[in-house]
Amino acid sequence: MSTFQIDFGKSKSPIVGIDLGTTNSLVAVMDKTGAPKILSGIVPSVVSVTGSGDVLAGAEARDALITRPERTVYSVKRLMGRGLADVQEELKLFPFRIAEGSESVLKLRFGEKVMTPPEVSAHILRKLKLDAEAALGEPVRQAVITVPAYFNDAQRQATKDAGRIAGLDVLRLVNEPTAAALAYGLDKRKEGIVAVYDLGGGTFDISILRLHEGIFEVLATNGDTHLGGDDIDHLLMAIALEDVQSEWGEDISAKSDAVQLLRRAVIKAKEELSFVPQAVIDLEYQGKRYQREIDVPLLNRLIQPIVNRTLEPCRACIADANIAVEEIDEVVMVGGSTRIPLVRAEVEKLFRTRPHTELNPDEVVALGAAVQAGILAGHVEDKLLLDVTPLSLGIETMGGLVSKLIHRNSTIPASATEVFTTGVDGQTNVLIHVVQGERELVKDCRSLARFDLKGIAPMPAGSARIEVRFLIDANGILNVTARDLRTGKEHSVEVKPSYGLTDEQVEAMILESFEKAQDDFAARQVREAQVEADAVRSATERAMKEPAYFELSDEERAAIDRALNELLLVYHSNDYELIRAKIDQLDVATQKLAEIIINTAVGTALKGTKVDA
Amino acid sequence: MRYYEVLGLEPKLALDPDELKKRFYESSRQWHPDRFTRAGAAQQQQALDMTALLNDAFRTLRDPVLRAEYFLKQKGIELSKDAPPELLEEVFELNMMLEELRGGDESARPQLETARDRFERMLRETDAELADLFARPDALEEIRRTLNRRRYISNLVRDVQKELNVHVSN
Repeated sequence: MSTFQIDFGKSKSPIVGIDLGTTNSLVAVMDKTGAPKILSGIVPSVVSVTGSGDVLAGAEARDALITRPERTVYSVKRLMGRGLADVQEELKLFPFRIAEGSESVLKLRFGEKVMTPPEVSAHILRKLKLDAEAALGEPVRQAVITVPAYFNDAQRQATKDAGRIAGLDVLRLVNEPTAAALAYGLDKRKEGIVAVYDLGGGTFDISILRLHEGIFEVLATNGDTHLGGDDIDHLLMAIALEDVQSEWGEDISAKSDAVQLLRRAVIKAKEELSFVPQAVIDLEYQGKRYQREIDVPLLNRLIQPIVNRTLEPCRACIADANIAVEEIDEVVMVGGSTRIPLVRAEVEKLFRTRPHTELNPDEVVALGAAVQAGILAGHVEDKLLLDVTPLSLGIETMGGLVSKLIHRNSTIPASATEVFTTGVDGQTNVLIHVVQGERELVKDCRSLARFDLKGIAPMPAGSARIEVRFLIDANGILNVTARDLRTGKEHSVEVKPSYGLTDEQVEAMILESFEKAQDDFAARQVREAQVEADAVRSATERAMKEPAYFELSDEERAAIDRALNELLLVYHSNDYELIRAKIDQLDVATQKLAEIIINTAVGTALKGTKVDA
Repeated sequence: MRYYEVLGLEPKLALDPDELKKRFYESSRQWHPDRFTRAGAAQQQQALDMTALLNDAFRTLRDPVLRAEYFLKQKGIELSKDAPPELLEEVFELNMMLEELRGGDESARPQLETARDRFERMLRETDAELADLFARPDALEEIRRTLNRRRYISNLVRDVQKELNVHVSN
């Protein structure tokens, strides 16, 4: 009874770091020694809906890819912040089932249930949150989430929305390669230039950083948000599907379960080829078997074009960083696909330095996110990350041309101001179209949002003067504010995102997810505390029937009574901390009783319970 | 001159790049939003605004040309877009060559490449001239002329390069 260890120190809840990957996700935290550590294992970024409508995420959902392929989704990160027109290529290669009404926001069908990509990602995040809470033994409310450096505004916003829907306050979005640099920087050089090559499941990033006395200054970044290990899988799949057709005389590409089994076999063979010269793609389906040997030279020939597609952004990045390749001191490899020997060889050739592979390429991003969480929590004071925006920001001007306001590779937060006026007499609103991209024509850039400056007092054309401030914050997300220069007053701005959810839609999803969250941390804690209270109470009541009880003084007996009553009073309070406090109080009150019982060896009433455990 | 003020620097055209970098890193450590996660909304906004200003200032001041343009603008001196008179003849010839290339006459290519190289050399020369002029506080008018010239040449190089690229890919 006297050995309960309850920490009543109301320590601020921890900030976790989350790597929300295309294929796998991970959560990490900074431990008390100041080292980042992974909490629980890899969570596959797969979400599935059961026949009864329950949503599963992680390993369970991955298994459902075979058993319930039509109600299961993987690689949803490829759809984050994208519109229907953007994902046509994806739809050819991935079994995404797009629901009706996906014109403004993409919706995915899982049987009778429909979810947007941020909602699907929120299920993965919620799973990570629960894992982290179980590992830490306390609620988790705040997180740093990583995104590909080359993610645009809409993709970042969608990731932030996913966090909010999962009940997380997303304190910061950190670029994946930068996070990796933070993880590596812990015990590495103090000064120098480092390149981070990050080839993940579905995205490719290259970032070049200058390290200086704990400051990680990103000089330039480049990448491709549609390039990764998935693409290698597709090449192998295409060969295998053709093979199977000629061997079995049967096209299995329409059979979801067979395709998923084959995909699993292909990935297994691909992964083995990073370590052995030959591997076998081995598929068993409905009593039939397909086996095909594949060797490294064949794999290399197949993937050379994919690897080449990563080299051009690397060269552009070096040029943008305004450095010579010889100035790069180290290259860090991140992402599962960097285990492939050809990738390593090509990177070594381009950067003329042997790349670092000491840290697990699957874990390094999550570890770095935990370091950034430590920086935000104030636990890490000597490090500071200065990141950049990957794409130029501009507004549409006459003739469909783009006027650039903030150039790519500008350190963020970055801002620009522009004064707008009216073009016709009596005009009361001005529409501003914001785009992201490097091209000169609006149609070649990505539409980001339309901002409507409303409520301009009617006056002659050209007399209104509205100053608009475009600010890209530390998350790489655009904020727009406007001020009427004549009155000095803040001006209202109505935002219409070109892709993605409105604030109202996100709010509705948060509400819905709260109602449905059955694994709520607090509820679980209350149940656990009640179970413990039950055990302590029955042990105490049994002890009160022992002769030892009557050896206590009146005050001691009254104290036990009081503590027992108070525990009963708070039992249904739904406040697990209070219940635990009262358990502790009862523990103290019964301490002497327990000693007497044990000392006199009168009975084993207490030993038999779990109370002392 | 806010960009100088925010970095705690005297408003001068000649800047020591190491000193500028040092000031920028110091101020970033102090003001970066990362340091204000647990602060109130007003303080967070202040940190965001300060850091955005610091970043904008550093980006502008570390580049000699952007720095000079900013400096002149703050002094109320406007740059012009007119062609520098001493270049008129060369630009005329250049445009003829560009027309020939556009018309499919590949013989203009080597001449254009030579012209591009010559203009690039001029760019480097103007950069060196600017560095010298920065040391003279009375040289604002000369700096303005040099910046105009530089901007004009830089656009020429860009246009020629673009045209050379277009016709390579055809």
